[in-house]
Amino acid sequence: MRKKGSRLAPVTNPRRRCLVVRQVCKSSGQLEAQSPLDPGAARRRWRRDAERAECGRAKPEPERGRRSRAGSGRAEMPYKLKKEKEPPKLAKGTAKPSSSSKDGGGESTDESQPQPQPQPQPQPQPPSSNKRPSNSTPPPTQLSKIKYSGGPQIVKKERRQSSSRFNLSKNRELQKLPALKDSPTQEREELFIQKLRQCCVLFDFVSDPLSDLKFKEVKRAGLNEMVEYITHSRDVVTEAIYPEAVTMFSVNLFRTLPPSSNPTGAEFDPEEDEPTLEAAWPHLQLVYEFFLRFLESPDFQPNIAKKYIDQKFVLALLDLFDSEDPRERDFLKTILHRIYGKFLGLRAYIRRQINHIFYRFIYETEHHNGIAELLEILGSIINGFALPLKEEHKMFLIRVLLPLHKVKSLSVYHPQLAYCVVQFLEKESSLTEPVIVGLLKFWPKTHSPKEVMFLNELEEILDVIEPSEFSKVMEPLFRQLAKCVSSPHFQVAERALYYWNNEYIMSLISDNAARVLPIMFPALYRNSKSHWNKTIHGLIYNALKLFMEMNQKLFDDCTQQYKAEKQKGRFRMKEREEMWQKIEELARLNPQYPMFRAPPPLPPVYSMETETPTAEDIQLLKRTVETEAVQMLKDIKKEKVLLRRKSELPQDVYTIKALEAHKRAEEFLTASQEAL
Amino acid sequence: MAGAAGPGTGPGAARGDGDDSLYPIAVLIDELRNEDVQLRLNSIKKLSTIALALGVERTRTELLPFLTDTIYDEDEVLLALAEQLGNFTGLVGGPDFAHCLLPPLESLATVEETVVRDKAVESLRQISQEHTPVALEAHFVPLVKRLASGDWFTSRTSACGLFSVCYPRASNAVKAEIRQHFRSLCSDDTPMVRRAAASKLGEFAKVLELDSVKSEIVPLFTNLASDEQDSVRLLAVEACVSIAQLLSQDDLEALVMPTLRQAAEDKSWRVRYMVADKFSELQKAVGPKITLNDLIPAFQNLLKDCEAEVRAAAAHKVKELCENLPTEGRETIIMNQILPFIKELVSDTNQHVKSALASVIMGLSTILGKENTIEHLLPLFLAQLKDECPEVRLNIISNLDCVNEVIGIRQLSQSLLPAIVELAEDAKWRVRLAIIEYMPLLAGQLGVEFFDEKLNSLCMAWLVDHVYAIREAATSNLMKLVQKFGTEWAQNTIVPKVLVMANDPNYLHRMTTLFCINALSEACGQEITTKQMLPIVLKMAGDQVANVRFNVAKSLQKIGPILDTDALQEEVKPVLQKLGQDEDMDVKYFAQEAISVLALA
Repeated sequence: MRKKGSRLAPVTNPRRRCLVVRQVCKSSGQLEAQSPLDPGAARRRWRRDAERAECGRAKPEPERGRRSRAGSGRAEMPYKLKKEKEPPKLAKGTAKPSSSSKDGGGESTDESQPQPQPQPQPQPQPPSSNKRPSNSTPPPTQLSKIKYSGGPQIVKKERRQSSSRFNLSKNRELQKLPALKDSPTQEREELFIQKLRQCCVLFDFVSDPLSDLKFKEVKRAGLNEMVEYITHSRDVVTEAIYPEAVTMFSVNLFRTLPPSSNPTGAEFDPEEDEPTLEAAWPHLQLVYEFFLRFLESPDFQPNIAKKYIDQKFVLALLDLFDSEDPRERDFLKTILHRIYGKFLGLRAYIRRQINHIFYRFIYETEHHNGIAELLEILGSIINGFALPLKEEHKMFLIRVLLPLHKVKSLSVYHPQLAYCVVQFLEKESSLTEPVIVGLLKFWPKTHSPKEVMFLNELEEILDVIEPSEFSKVMEPLFRQLAKCVSSPHFQVAERALYYWNNEYIMSLISDNAARVLPIMFPALYRNSKSHWNKTIHGLIYNALKLFMEMNQKLFDDCTQQYKAEKQKGRFRMKEREEMWQKIEELARLNPQYPMFRAPPPLPPVYSMETETPTAEDIQLLKRTVETEAVQMLKDIKKEKVLLRRKSELPQDVYTIKALEAHKRAEEFLTASQEAL
Repeated sequence: MAGAAGPGTGPGAARGDGDDSLYPIAVLIDELRNEDVQLRLNSIKKLSTIALALGVERTRTELLPFLTDTIYDEDEVLLALAEQLGNFTGLVGGPDFAHCLLPPLESLATVEETVVRDKAVESLRQISQEHTPVALEAHFVPLVKRLASGDWFTSRTSACGLFSVCYPRASNAVKAEIRQHFRSLCSDDTPMVRRAAASKLGEFAKVLELDSVKSEIVPLFTNLASDEQDSVRLLAVEACVSIAQLLSQDDLEALVMPTLRQAAEDKSWRVRYMVADKFSELQKAVGPKITLNDLIPAFQNLLKDCEAEVRAAAAHKVKELCENLPTEGRETIIMNQILPFIKELVSDTNQHVKSALASVIMGLSTILGKENTIEHLLPLFLAQLKDECPEVRLNIISNLDCVNEVIGIRQLSQSLLPAIVELAEDAKWRVRLAIIEYMPLLAGQLGVEFFDEKLNSLCMAWLVDHVYAIREAATSNLMKLVQKFGTEWAQNTIVPKVLVMANDPNYLHRMTTLFCINALSEACGQEITTKQMLPIVLKMAGDQVANVRFNVAKSLQKIGPILDTDALQEEVKPVLQKLGQDEDMDVKYFAQEAISVLALA
């Protein structure tokens, strides 16, 4: 979670926030050398807000200096310049129109031509380029969703493990074979194959963990040796190895996942419950590791491998993403990412199958364990999309990524989802309107923590929005924000009000004050007195003060308007009742009336607002706003962290250890340098 | 259409012209523009009123086109709309005009939200019945075809549910086309569509001609049952039930059984689970001969499946399977082919499996008869009564009546008692609650002597449980016991013990006395109520806790009708009048309520 409190640096000129802070970051040496391979980049990006504010505070002088210079004109806003990243437009002939297959999963093969994408410049940028820090990697999925805070709530439970019951092999007596490095070179390939075949024997780890200990050790040692061998020796991935390696992987891993077993009997809650770990992990881990090394070997040739790593293989691999064990999903993620990178012919197929998983998740089951990992992969794929975006990819954004916001367990994969969405918008700003309209459509009505996530995402979108796009969506957008500001849940109201500390958003509002203020004003004014939470009062006064400074005249008009509207409101309610009454009378004249009796009139719409001040006079309001806003700035110094409090379930010490011990194959998925 | 209203356009704008007939639709347009979803939703819910006000013609020419054009809104509003339109035939002028409702429903059937789509399909199915055969071919079938060949999977999914309603009434040429469309959806690219098609396969098969079932449905079934996605395969199992009912034994054996056998051994536990779950239906559909040859061995495998979910589903079906076997030779089959597997399950590692079995195993005793029950089943019952999991024990106890009919409960009573006592004192109140609910049943079967001796004290102990739900259940339990054992028994065993609690230092227990009296008075009759209960109630009117006092008022109101007039006037009335002057608001309120209900004023 970002530290929102730290953003409340004094706001003087709201115009140039992004620009300024980015520059400051550059000048303070924090974000230089942004290359897509820099693993720290993503992490930094995800803390960028906090950093911006920190930088701003640490170096106030350059900030001010640059601000005055940058304020000279809008034309070279920083996000305009990001377009430099775009590859040169392809000649008409190569940029085929996207294929229009049924559900957005094009079968087209035109994607198999890797298009070199200009590398983001590794050399330090001149300060005038103002480029946004490029966030080249998607945020990695957390291995354990629960923060292990230690202390008394960690308990030692009965070992919770399950395993997909494999079909155990009949003959499990393995002979220890000689070591590869000790055998003559010409016999190594044959020995390697023998070892791979030996590893196709499956053992029982669940019903009798102590069975076949000796042979399990033979297999484990064999796998370990092969991992070493394939990593450190050259020219060992010969043509004969491909089918054997793929078969060994398939036999060990492709299985029907077991039913999720939650000891409490309730349905598994991906947000809170501990995962059940895979019992056969000691072997599975090595199988995964071996296969990953196999794919990454410099000798590996996709052209030979594609006979074995085909659509069926990929489908089986994707099925495994539903595994409850985060360690397994972590390996799967890296492996699928490699396959996507190396097998151009499979790309469209992989995307289509991922879409099917998402559809099922959204519209049928609402349950899948691997959504975050799949989105992480997609994040890196989207990062590499060529411009202009194909229709198929836009459809993916609108019909898959946006509906993903609807699902109950959004919090499990929200960072990855938001990353994907923002990536799209950075690529093509004209998608902003449909995205924001979509978010508004799926806006949570009762789930407050989810609403906070939406507000987080929306702010990220607003951070990269083009002013022209902003003016298209601002009215519905601010109507929603007006509702959020009035939310009785103070975290929602608070999160929405933090927008007023975002200088870029304030600059956008300021440019469109005439249309935004009349929407926001009533919500702010009403709640300035009536909201139950004190912190909210302060934030509201802060927001009102900013509005007041923005346009004194407009502010006064809004106050007048508000009072007039308030009077009219009651009148309207009455008018509406009369209208319906009249229709009812007309309907009664119809002979069919008795057959279609309308439901009894519904109770009037319930409103959270309490009685609001009406006699406030503008001067009084202004005075209060001034004093309260100042008070607010004093109060807010203490850092506040917005965190959803989870119920504190006892955690299993074994699971914690197992997850902590897991070493990721790759900390961040690098952006696929592929133009698809 | 949501939220486009600027500050200037109020609903008043609708009143611009004086034409009353246009008025309703203008109001609707305005209301649907409102920012507030709740208001929009309310307006849609009053759609029939608007249609009535407009009359059939205007509804057809103005309201429906408006709804079709402006169909973008929140899913909640769309859902209400889809539901409304299903009942709209009368409002557009009856069956001759039912097709006017198709365009808005067609777009609703293509939206993304499943709930809306399903509702639209439901309404379309309803309306299809109201179409004349001509209109069906002219309007409805083309709609189904359009949906079936839609670009987006949502429309194709919706189409799957519409084939079976239009097929029976279509002409032969159209029928062929419909079948063709269904075929292509069964092999659709997207698993969502294949799932929808698989789930409607059985329904569609039922309306087809037998030849077409054999030549077209069976191949589709075979394909779906070997789909790459297990979520599709398991739906094919469901279809199997319907298809099997349509075919002759020979055809079944040749066309369906190979696939079914394969499903019972599918590598995905979800498919096997489905087979287990649908076992009784399958058994009935395929008939006795195939059951014996194929299903019994398959069932044995399911009972020892490696996944507990599958075993539990199969265990649930044990009784039904046995019941449905042909009477001739049934006993032998059960004893030799089923019972050995059941014995294994009694000591299964998974509690869900054991409790599934416990919920049906008692039913076998009626099928197997007295001797087999005593020799083979009784040991299993006894073992389950000692199971570590309370649910297993509860399930056995709740089904005692089956055994009672066959061997009498005495056989079990010695083992029952410890099990009941243990459950009665379980730390989880839900378990205690469950066992209380079986008490009247047990009492009836065990007889009054056994009850007095062993269980009476338990029933009394529950009255002072620290969980209210238990105390409450215990009171109604007493009432049921009195109904069973009679008033004399009540007078001797229950009433004195209940009345003693009136002097308990804990006011909750004193209140329990009142609750018991409320429950028992009717069952006990006038004499006991007047002589034994009433004095206690009246005495409690002086309790120092207000809650007790107002419960006295409530109790008096409750038992008043049972008392004679003398008692009412001379004893109850003064007490209630006194309570009516109580310093506590609630006491006063309930006392006055009782006075007016009993007409003592």
